[in-house]
Amino acid sequence: MSTRVAYTNARLLDPATGLDVKGALLTEGTKIADFGPALFNDGVPEGIEVVDLGGQCLAPGLVDMRVMVAEPGNEQMETIKSVSRAAAAGGVTSIVCLPNTTPVRDDVSGLEFLARRAREVRLVKVFAYAAATRGTNGEEITEMGLLSRAGAVAFTDGTKAIESAKVMRRALSYAKGFDKLIIQHPEEPSLASGGMMNAGEIATRLGLTGIPREAEIIMIERDLRLVELTGGRLHFAHVTTGESVEIIRRAKARGLKVTCDTAPHYVALTETDVGEYRTFAKVSPPLRDEMDRRAVVEGLADGTIDAIASDHTPRDQDRKRLPFSQADSGVVGLETLLPLTLELVHKRKLTLLQALACVTCKPAAILDLPAGRLATGAAADLLVFDPEVPWTVDVDAFKSKSKNSPFEDRPVQGRALRTVVDGRAVWQAEG
Amino acid sequence: MTAPTAQNFPHRHLLGIEGLTAGEISLVLDLADSYVEQNRQPERKGTILHGRTVMNLFFENSTRTRTSFELAGKRLGADVINMSVDASSVKKGETLIDTAMTLNAMHVDALVVRHSESGAVKLLSDKVNCSVINAGDGHHEHPTQALLDALAIRRRLGRLEGLVVAICGDILHSRVARSNIHLLNAMGARVRVVGPPTLVPSTIERLGAEVHHTMKTGLKDADVVMMLRLQNERMSGQYVPSTREYFYFYGLDYEKLAAAKDDAVIMHPGPMNRGVEIDSEVADDLKRSMILDQVELGVAVRMAVLDLLTRDRREKP
Repeated sequence: MSTRVAYTNARLLDPATGLDVKGALLTEGTKIADFGPALFNDGVPEGIEVVDLGGQCLAPGLVDMRVMVAEPGNEQMETIKSVSRAAAAGGVTSIVCLPNTTPVRDDVSGLEFLARRAREVRLVKVFAYAAATRGTNGEEITEMGLLSRAGAVAFTDGTKAIESAKVMRRALSYAKGFDKLIIQHPEEPSLASGGMMNAGEIATRLGLTGIPREAEIIMIERDLRLVELTGGRLHFAHVTTGESVEIIRRAKARGLKVTCDTAPHYVALTETDVGEYRTFAKVSPPLRDEMDRRAVVEGLADGTIDAIASDHTPRDQDRKRLPFSQADSGVVGLETLLPLTLELVHKRKLTLLQALACVTCKPAAILDLPAGRLATGAAADLLVFDPEVPWTVDVDAFKSKSKNSPFEDRPVQGRALRTVVDGRAVWQAEG
Repeated sequence: MTAPTAQNFPHRHLLGIEGLTAGEISLVLDLADSYVEQNRQPERKGTILHGRTVMNLFFENSTRTRTSFELAGKRLGADVINMSVDASSVKKGETLIDTAMTLNAMHVDALVVRHSESGAVKLLSDKVNCSVINAGDGHHEHPTQALLDALAIRRRLGRLEGLVVAICGDILHSRVARSNIHLLNAMGARVRVVGPPTLVPSTIERLGAEVHHTMKTGLKDADVVMMLRLQNERMSGQYVPSTREYFYFYGLDYEKLAAAKDDAVIMHPGPMNRGVEIDSEVADDLKRSMILDQVELGVAVRMAVLDLLTRDRREKP
C-alpha cells in the first residue's frame, strides 16, 4: 500500500480555483487523494502519517518556466543536480529548462539526456524546451514534431531572439501544426548588440553602451503581426517596458494567442541598481527605469503579464568578476522567486492568490503542464510556506552552484518550509 | 447554355483549369477515354494532326511530361519538335517574348510550354497565333496533370462528384495541387489539403479546400489520396526541418492510409521520393496505387487536348 500523508491544520491555497481556506490535505503515494476544510475534522485515521502544519500555507509547488541549467557544457556553473536542489529549496517543484546548453538542445537525444539525468537526481520535475532553430542559429527550424513527441514542452532559442522575421513566421506556423508554443526573447539584436544596460542617463553617465527600450518594443510589435499572420501561439519571455505591457494588453484584447512573463528583478530592481558597475545587476534584457518597473507591476496586477519566472541564469565568478562590458548577463533566481513574488503581496500590489497564480497555475497553463494546482488525482507537488517570516538573502546558503544574485543582503519576507514532489518531501527548512 | 462539343470548344489555349466548366472538363475526359482505347490497340497511330507541328518548349527540366506530350503529338500524326530553352536562347539574353515571336514566325500549330515562373505561359500565349498548352508554370497551374488525375479517378471509381480527395504534402509550391483543386471543385468533389502549416498557403480554403495539418484527420474516409512531391531544397529547415520528420508525420504508409476508406486509391504525379512523401510498400501496391495508370492516361489526355485545341484551325483552314 502506498504511503499516505495527511497535512493537517493548513491554510489551503489553490490559485487556480481561488481556494483559500483552513483545512487538510491527504496524499496517497504520488497523488493528492483528497483535501478540503472538512477533511480529518474527526481526526486522522490510523496508518496515515500526520504532518501538522500549525496554520502555515499549503499551496501547489511553484512552476518556474524559465530556468537555465549549464549541464551539459558548463557543469562548473550549475548541474541538473544542483539546480534541482536550488529549486527544491526555493519551493519550486517544476522547472522548465532553456535549450541554451553546450551543445544546444535541438535534438531528441538532448531531451533524452536531460530526462535521464533528472530521473537519476529525482528531486523536482524537470521539463524541457527544445531549440526553435538548429543550434539556436536562427536559420533552420528544428524537428518540432519529433521533439514534441520526445517531451519538448515548447520551442525557444532561449537567451537568443529569433531575429529573422521569415524564420519566426515559419517557426510559428510549423509549431502550430503540433499545437506548440514558441517563446521569444523579445529583443531586436541589431539594436541591442554591443549594449550593456538600459539606454538612458545612467548609461550615459557610466559610459556604457545603452540598449534602447525600443529594441524590445519593436520585436514585440513585429512578432504580434506574425502571430496574426500565422495563427500561431507565442509567448514573450521577460517583458520589461511599459510599452511592451501596453502593446500586449491591446493584442490580448484583440484576441491574439499571446502570453508573457516577467522576472522578479524587473519588478524589484531598476537601472539604478547597476550602481557602480555591479555586474550582478547585468541582465538581458537590461533593468529599466522606475516608470517601466511600475508598468510591469501594473501589468501583473491586471493580468496582462501572465507569469513570473525566475530567469535563473547561473554564472560563476569568472563570468561576472569582469569589467561590466565583458561580464555575462544573468542572475540566479530559483531561491528568491518566492519571497520576491510575495513582495508584491506585502506591498499590496497583488493578492496572495494572484501572486501565487503567477508562479503556479498560470505558467503551467501556458505550457500545458500537469502542475500548479491542488486537485484530487493530481500529482502531489506541494509547497508549505510562511508568507510573513522575515529573513535576509544570503547567497552563501544558496544550493545553486552559482551565487550571482543581485539580492544579496536584501531583507525579504516569506519562505518555503517544506517542498513536496510526488508526495515525497524533497526539502525542509531547518528548525 | 448548350453543352460544349468537340466542335465548339470555346478555348484556343489551355492555360489552366481555373475558368473551365464542368461540361468542358467532361468533354476532354470523354475524348481522352476514346484515346485510351486507341492507345491500347496494336495500331495506335492516328493521322488527324498529319502535317501539323507541335512544339514542346520547356524552360524547365522535364522528362515525363515532355515525353508524354511528344508521344501524344506523334500518335496523332503531328511533327513534334522538342526545344529545351534553359540552355540556349535564354542564356544569350533573349526575353520570353522574343522567343515567342521567333517561334510564332515558324508557324507551329501548338506550343506546349513549361516555365519556372507563374504566369509566364500566359504571357507567351498573348504573343502567338497558335494554341498554347500550359505544361506547368511555376506554382500556378498544370492543367493536363489535373485532367489525367481526374480521368484516372473517373475510370477507377466511376465518378468524381461527391468523392473526398485528400491532396497531401507541399501545397504551397504545387501547381498540381492548384489545378486539381480547381478541377475537383468544378466536378463536385470535396477537396482537402493536408500538410504542415508551412507548406499550406494561408488562404487556400478560398480556392475550395478544407485544410488539415494531420494525416489522420486529413485522410479520414477519403476516397482518393493524392501525394505530392516534396523537393529536396524544402526539407532542410526552411519549410520542413528534416526528411525523417516529414516522413514520420506526412509520409504515406499503411498506418496513415488506414484512416482513408478501405478501397481508397493512391495517386502521385511523379517522380516519387520514396521514403520522403511515400513509403515504397504503398507506392508499389498494385491494388491501391494508380501511379502507373496516371502515366498511361497522361498520353491520352494530352492527345485529347491537342485534338480539341487544333480542331478550329483544322476545320477552317
